[in-house]
Amino acid sequence: MRYAILLMGAPYSHQASHSALRFAHAVLARGHHLEAVFFYHDGVYNAARLAAPPQDEPHLVDAWMAIASEHRVALQVCIAAALRRGLLDEREAARHGKDGVSVEPPFELTGLGQLIDLGTRCDRLITFGP
Amino acid sequence: MQESPDDSDLLVILRHGPHGSSWLREGLDAALVAAAFGRCVSLLFMGEGVTALMPEQQVGPLGQKGTAATLEMLEMYDIETLLVDEQGLSDLGLSRDDLMLEVECVSSEVLASFLSEHRLVLTF
Repeated sequence: MRYAILLMGAPYSHQASHSALRFAHAVLARGHHLEAVFFYHDGVYNAARLAAPPQDEPHLVDAWMAIASEHRVALQVCIAAALRRGLLDEREAARHGKDGVSVEPPFELTGLGQLIDLGTRCDRLITFGP
Repeated sequence: MQESPDDSDLLVILRHGPHGSSWLREGLDAALVAAAFGRCVSLLFMGEGVTALMPEQQVGPLGQKGTAATLEMLEMYDIETLLVDEQGLSDLGLSRDDLMLEVECVSSEVLASFLSEHRLVLTF
């Protein structure tokens, strides 16, 4: 089956990100295809390049990046939700005159249209939120 | 009642009021984008979410955008199926006449069937 995940919980604040990550691993372990993870609402903080959790806690940002590189899962971040919360890739940082970059590939800033498209194209779109 | 939904139909469930969090606004944004992409969108206001339909939800003291203007645009986006959880409404001592838009009040049993009829459901 073709799966997609919608994640709306901030990392470490809520269980949502941890559950979504476990679900993603389970989907892939069962041989299904995970098309993309779409980050919306506070879920966009999962794309924060500068996240530095304590070493004895799971590193969620790195875990998403590992899934993306090992299984070619797209990591799509709602651009409107991200910009509001200070999550900018190189292009947006330049456009808004900011010094730092807080989002880097494989995370990509994209529109909500991508979420709707995933919902239509995939067999299942599973939501995780607080 | 609407016709039976097809695969492109989307049900957006709104469970939060207009103030205190961005859930309602971000849920409505998703609904509007889906409608702009040609999906047939129905909205279901549940629980505290029914307060979104109270008239004149404008900018509050915190400077969050009001949602009334967005709700007024729904018709322009062809979002015409507006469902309200009957129980949520009566729990708050409200009736359909208190709301700013024409809505269809539905019982818990009917809600369940709406959920199972839609292939794609987004909950905010």
